[in-house]
Amino acid sequence: MPNLQPYANPTYFLILGAALIPLIIGFLNGKRWHFYETLVSLIFLILIFDGDKIEQGYALIGYVLFEGALIWGYTVYRQKKNSTLLFNLAVVLAIMPLVIVKFVPFLNPGSNSIIGFLGISYLTFKAVGMIMETRDGSIKKFEPWLFLQFMLFFPTISSGPIDRYRRFKKDYLKIPDRDHYIEMLGKAVHNLMLGFVYKFILGYFFGTLLLPRLAHLAMASRGGFLDLSWGVVGYMYVYSLYLFFDFAGYSLFAIGTSYIMGVETPINFNKPFASPNIKEFWNRWHMTLSFWFRDYIYMRLVFFLMKHKVTKNRVLIANLGYLTLFLLMGFWHGLTWYYIAYGLFHAIWIILTDVWLRFKKKHKDQIISNRWTNYLAIFATFNTVCFSFLIFSGFLDKLWFH
Amino acid sequence: MDIENTVLDILTDLTGNDDLKDTMDLDLFETGILDSMATVQMLLELQGQLDIEVPVSEFERTEWATPNKIIAKVKELQ
Repeated sequence: MPNLQPYANPTYFLILGAALIPLIIGFLNGKRWHFYETLVSLIFLILIFDGDKIEQGYALIGYVLFEGALIWGYTVYRQKKNSTLLFNLAVVLAIMPLVIVKFVPFLNPGSNSIIGFLGISYLTFKAVGMIMETRDGSIKKFEPWLFLQFMLFFPTISSGPIDRYRRFKKDYLKIPDRDHYIEMLGKAVHNLMLGFVYKFILGYFFGTLLLPRLAHLAMASRGGFLDLSWGVVGYMYVYSLYLFFDFAGYSLFAIGTSYIMGVETPINFNKPFASPNIKEFWNRWHMTLSFWFRDYIYMRLVFFLMKHKVTKNRVLIANLGYLTLFLLMGFWHGLTWYYIAYGLFHAIWIILTDVWLRFKKKHKDQIISNRWTNYLAIFATFNTVCFSFLIFSGFLDKLWFH
Repeated sequence: MDIENTVLDILTDLTGNDDLKDTMDLDLFETGILDSMATVQMLLELQGQLDIEVPVSEFERTEWATPNKIIAKVKELQ
């Protein structure tokens, strides 16, 4: 069989379309063929991980078996006892494969861990989320079949959006009524078409046509203060637009495909560049990732610190939460100085934004707030976000150290 | 004191907004009145004052978005 990367070329979409037609007919007639769905999932997983990617395929199988055994074991334990130590141990074990995959290229540049595979970062979120919800008592038993369907749901396996077990399970087990399914199909078609425009026209234009030229220009104009030049400025904006259209386009494909399969995968982007501040930006950019960090890291950490009265200073607690969240997010992207600097940049920015918002609340009457200040805020936020993406892109590393 | 007033007092304390009882269907998350930090404080206050345990896993924002919804949720959980 050929090797096909998700949503990468016309062949993939042709096979996808053909494979989904029977499912559509089934849904329209009030039937859900789990057997056929599983078969389609399996075929697409094989297409992603066969040929020269077979090592990754084995790694994926090993990973899912490991996480499954771990979550199963923890669920059984949790029915009887609830020690914090064991919970922590389960979480550490669950992220261990990802930690190893991130550390190998750091310790040994140029090489990749044999236990890595496309999508491991995203599957880890799903697994850790399940362990946390099991601890809270929200997930009460381990259902091996549903676990596999959830982890290996092929439309979102490579880069999300990151769904949640109980939400996925609800969709997977029900048959949407006809009218609702027709509505979902409409959304799916809209998403797929918009995805094409985003990824293959705009993403291609910014990423493939413009970006290399600007990179070349920036590299050729080095020598000034911090090697900065108009080329770098151009690179910053073009990279930011490329990043958005490429990733939002991919997300639209993943969501559209999910909808056709009767699963309402949550959206990932909601006009992020129209955000008036960075807090709002993170409610609109890579939403399933930021909501994951918000719900599983930030809120839990804040809850813990406040409940145990570690300090009475609420601002300090919130700031500790932000630092933890964004540094973890940086590390999750990879162990390089620029990902960590990116995390730190966002942590500091959001802490300062909170200072400003508190000040604004206190001096409501003295501060002008109208349509124009809102536009100004959107403009300033957009530019600062683009600067943070320049850090994220790793281009500064190339510019300064290579 | 009844649940409604207790919840409103907690919310007023947290948000510094005295007019919440006139906007019982206002989306507190969308308007940025409640952020994650204030949400955690609210959950802890509910635990302390009304003895209602809400694990973070069970906190689904859409179900807790407005003062009315919060009151309904609290009544349901009591």
